[in-house]
Amino acid sequence: MAVMAWFKKERKPRTSQRERLEIPPDAWEKCDGCGHIDLREKFEKALNVCPECGRHRRIGAEGYIELLTDPGTWRELWANLRSTDPLRFEHYPERLVSARKKGGEADGIYTGTARLDGLPFNLGVMNFSFMGGSMGSVVGEKIARLARRSHEKKIPLVLVSASGGARMQEGVLSLMQMAKTSAAIALLNRDCIPYISILTDPTTGGVSASFAMQGDVILAEPGALIGFAGQRVIKQTIGQDLPEGFQTAEFLLEHGQIDDVVPRASLRDTTARLLRHMKGQRPQAEHAELS
Amino acid sequence: MASAYSLEFEKPLLELERQIEDLKRIGTERQIDIEGELEGLQAKLEALRAEIYRNLTPIQRVMVARHPRRPYTLDYLSTIFTDFIELHGDRLYLDDPAVVGGWARLAGTSVMVIGHQKGRDTKENLKRNFGMPHPEGYRKALRLMKLGAKFGAPVITLIDTPGAYPGLGAEERGQSEALARNILEMSGLPTPSIAVVIGEGGSGGALALGVADRILMLENSVYSVISPEGCAAILWKDASQRERAAEALKLTADDLLRLKVIDEIVTEPVGGAHVDPDATGEALRDALIRHMTELRKIRPEKLVRRRAEKYAAMGAYTEA
Repeated sequence: MAVMAWFKKERKPRTSQRERLEIPPDAWEKCDGCGHIDLREKFEKALNVCPECGRHRRIGAEGYIELLTDPGTWRELWANLRSTDPLRFEHYPERLVSARKKGGEADGIYTGTARLDGLPFNLGVMNFSFMGGSMGSVVGEKIARLARRSHEKKIPLVLVSASGGARMQEGVLSLMQMAKTSAAIALLNRDCIPYISILTDPTTGGVSASFAMQGDVILAEPGALIGFAGQRVIKQTIGQDLPEGFQTAEFLLEHGQIDDVVPRASLRDTTARLLRHMKGQRPQAEHAELS
Repeated sequence: MASAYSLEFEKPLLELERQIEDLKRIGTERQIDIEGELEGLQAKLEALRAEIYRNLTPIQRVMVARHPRRPYTLDYLSTIFTDFIELHGDRLYLDDPAVVGGWARLAGTSVMVIGHQKGRDTKENLKRNFGMPHPEGYRKALRLMKLGAKFGAPVITLIDTPGAYPGLGAEERGQSEALARNILEMSGLPTPSIAVVIGEGGSGGALALGVADRILMLENSVYSVISPEGCAAILWKDASQRERAAEALKLTADDLLRLKVIDEIVTEPVGGAHVDPDATGEALRDALIRHMTELRKIRPEKLVRRRAEKYAAMGAYTEA
């Protein structure tokens, strides 16, 4: 009898399975970290963090703009800046055309102004889908303008990095964007305008070696790859495999290079609270009690 | 002297030099007059050398910039500066020999000189890490720049590195942070600053000593966002395409002057700095004194403001 009962029970899940099969196959997504399969909707609701293992997937620049700004307050600035081909670097114009198709007109970074919990601030979010978020003249110019705007208006600056580094196709001019952005950040330092740098996957090369590492506070998303040299280059140089977890956000935290690793779900709240501390503002009600 | 040539494209010069040596030997051995012939050969050598060096391709310049006999920072410190006292260490962790620096005098004026330092031979290169600093090297450099500024001394940096070292320890101890900090702090250094690329200007590791009021390049030095080998490996998955990459990257002194990244090219003797280090040093010394004299007349606040304006203008874009 018990065996029969077991068979009977078996039938019910089968019907429910049939129901589940009616969900279109492309509604399912798999986590690259643990293999967990779930509805895309569920991933999206969790800000593209795996509900099972907590792995943070890359989200586009638009995702961070939505996450870090009050609804309806984002106003994009300098969206009209376009990369040129100053070196006449082979195939760069074609690369730019296809990059625009894939990554939009913002080039390697979106810059704009918005509010966060009512507090006005300037926000730059790197656009990894445009040539790997590489920093050429447009990215450098937009960041420098945004920092100078923060300086003029005395409002904080938040930059979200996602970049492989300098854009090779603009040669030494890309390299000089490291100096240009740094000189603009130096103005904020001098006049005590807060700057929060948020490092996402990946932040390397000329970006990590300039503005990304110059924040008054530097936060990083869990698991993000952050470092100066590329892993392949390091492997070649030292002739051995890299230790587990090398150049991850957690590795940098352990080595004292960043202030904290912040899960995406609390990134907005943490950023807002930090800005309030540094701008001498009272806390929001939920943080006013003893923590 | 013949050993001064070790580059592939200099082989014809090597051949002519050998002929000249042979002729001299024959002349002394057989007691015959070779004056006329010798003069002819020497004129031919000079003409050929001038010809080769007038038409150096970008990758050939990279080779000259990396020449193992090219003068390094410590060479200039002993030939064009006086009263040099080397200062060591970052006060935090260790002393990185890939960067050297200290007090020196230029035409009698106290200056702070800091530069990358490569090694001449394997043993010295192991010590100097081929001129590739760890974070400590950059932190020492910044400490010395601030020390110079504190006592009103102009800061002179000499750039000659393949790049900041890409290793485990360097990453653990914050290579990115060290570079980022130098680049930021140099933009606000309240004292005259002159940076000179004397050999290889390798990317961020070069720029971290390279933010200054004036940027000069020796004629056969190169300055680039990535090495030609690295660029070729990324773009064409083939490091042997470095010639093509060197061409594409626009990394020669002429290119950088055209791109308005540098202020002046310091002429090298025909045949490159390594054939006549003294003449190279003299040309560099003259340029440094001229720029230093101009910059010392400007108030520090104004220097810093102008420096920021200069970097703000770098780049190429359009506004659609």
